[in-house]
Amino acid sequence: MIEIVSRTRCVACDKCVEVCPTDVFTRGEDGVPVIARQSDCQTCFMCEAYCPVDALFVAPQVHPLPERPEESRVPLGAYRERIGWGRGRVPGARLAIGPALPGTGGGPLVS
Amino acid sequence: MTFMDIVTDVFVVGGGPAAAWAAVKAAEAGATTVVADKGYLGTSGATASAGTGVWYVEPDRTAREAAMASREGLGGYLAERDWMARVLDQTYENMNELASVARYPFPVGGDGRQIRRGLQGPEYMRRMRLRTRRAGVRILDHSPVTELLLDGEGAVAGAAGFGRRSGQAYRVRAGAVVLATGGCAFLSKTLGCDVNTGDGALFAVEAGAELSGMEFSNAYAIAPEFTSVTKTAFYSFATFYRADGSVLEGAGTHSRSVIARTLLSERVFCRLDLAAPAERAAMRLAQPNFFLTFDRLGIDPFAELFPVTLLAEGTVRGTGGVRVTGADCATSVPGLYAAGDTATRELICGGFTGGGSHNAAWAMSSGTWAGRGAARHARSLGARWAARPVTGAGGAGMRPTGSPGGDHREVVAAVQAEVLPYEKNYLRHGDRLRPALASLDGVWTEVRRSLAGQGGEVVRARSAAAMTAHARWMYNAALARTESRGMHRREDFPEADPAQRRRLLTGGLDEVWTLPERSPMAVAS
Repeated sequence: MIEIVSRTRCVACDKCVEVCPTDVFTRGEDGVPVIARQSDCQTCFMCEAYCPVDALFVAPQVHPLPERPEESRVPLGAYRERIGWGRGRVPGARLAIGPALPGTGGGPLVS
Repeated sequence: MTFMDIVTDVFVVGGGPAAAWAAVKAAEAGATTVVADKGYLGTSGATASAGTGVWYVEPDRTAREAAMASREGLGGYLAERDWMARVLDQTYENMNELASVARYPFPVGGDGRQIRRGLQGPEYMRRMRLRTRRAGVRILDHSPVTELLLDGEGAVAGAAGFGRRSGQAYRVRAGAVVLATGGCAFLSKTLGCDVNTGDGALFAVEAGAELSGMEFSNAYAIAPEFTSVTKTAFYSFATFYRADGSVLEGAGTHSRSVIARTLLSERVFCRLDLAAPAERAAMRLAQPNFFLTFDRLGIDPFAELFPVTLLAEGTVRGTGGVRVTGADCATSVPGLYAAGDTATRELICGGFTGGGSHNAAWAMSSGTWAGRGAARHARSLGARWAARPVTGAGGAGMRPTGSPGGDHREVVAAVQAEVLPYEKNYLRHGDRLRPALASLDGVWTEVRRSLAGQGGEVVRARSAAAMTAHARWMYNAALARTESRGMHRREDFPEADPAQRRRLLTGGLDEVWTLPERSPMAVAS
């Protein structure tokens, strides 16, 4: 689930508020989005992919973590890099050639 | 509360690929088009957050023939060759459009040609959103539809919904409506599917449509325990283990029932130990989010054992859905069209779907046809359709028959208790399906009598009602099919019965029914 909105990185663009398919965020009074409905988070990582300044961290667990992790100890926004979004990066789609599945005799898996 | 009133030729409900294609093709056909999603078009649903293979086959006769033959047996011979052929044609065309119009960055193979057999969800849906906007479609994000509107003759004439951002209800009067809201995964947290609560099927049945293939609704996907990323194909490289480290014999991606049965009494572990180093690197490129989970948990899935679970995918990966009655994905209700997982996928898959390849092909093909069909229907109505008096078709969750007082959270928990457990939905037996259905019928009675919601809460109440209805349709059909066929396996009827090689139609709200389909549907419109 979404665990962190970095106050130091956030530029108050509201992108995460806009793109979250389950409406987890609310616009904060100071511009930094608030995780208002964490239990609605479906752990799809889309907010992290769309954040232009790598300010978000989605933990892989589908339940809230007992303690919010420290910002300095998590890979903020790393999903965005993995899919090749952002200036100067090669889109991940361009490189997405997977292995052939065992026993299928088929071609490479492409997603 | 202020009211927003919109008039448009075609109204599309949903935010995934089927909805986006429907909106684009309706607009290209000259219809004014509005699309509304409960989330955000571009991130909503099963596709956007995943990656998917696509049933893209070169127009070579032998290759096409092999592609059609490959899944017929798995699907229990309920699919139709003419539908498969036209999906293969349409998918080929749409995928090539993605390259030429949307400039999708397909990977390039050793022969220098683009490989167009798969799509990365985030990239695909980001580009589909841009294409939808450029086609002139008005997009309403975070605007869940709550009910369809009918005219005096029972034709669909629009929809009503709630804008979460504005806090206002809205109403759309339309010449035709396309439902592309996805299937129903019962809030199981399977990747990207919590928006898929079966709303479209409820809207359709309330308007008078019927469903088909609802017994094919017991898909489950593998994921690391307590996580969301399901990529079952990669578990082809896995060995499954018991807690004591011994190999769980017979377990695999194609024999998940062994895993389900074992999970009833103990944990199951897994390691992707069959992948060679080159394959491991390729897996990372093909599906980056698969490894997000492991990297963030600090697990090396190729070297270490990790516990797994099975997450219900209901009619998202299952093939059941709204019955389509024509080549343009019309339904039995005038003015209403269905596409993607909301529509039955039996026409091309029968009773079984493995990976996403057919699902993605169906989403873009059926979306295309439904969008064009809706545009054609709207045009056929002439000039005065927008003046039709309309009434809301919605019942359960918004217009209770008794005094309001139900809690949608309790409804969801009660439904999940009947549809998520492996011993009820996956490992099916009449002795367990009957009491589960009786319990769900009881939930429905209470939902109908008292469940409601004020303001935005009506959306949650309607989703809870939709899941309750969906579960009852599933189990009603599952009990009616007294054999094993496709993904529907009955422990009390383990064999296929040749006399039951026909599709089952299901419908009804307070009284649910299931009947064999009388005549197979022809493609000709």
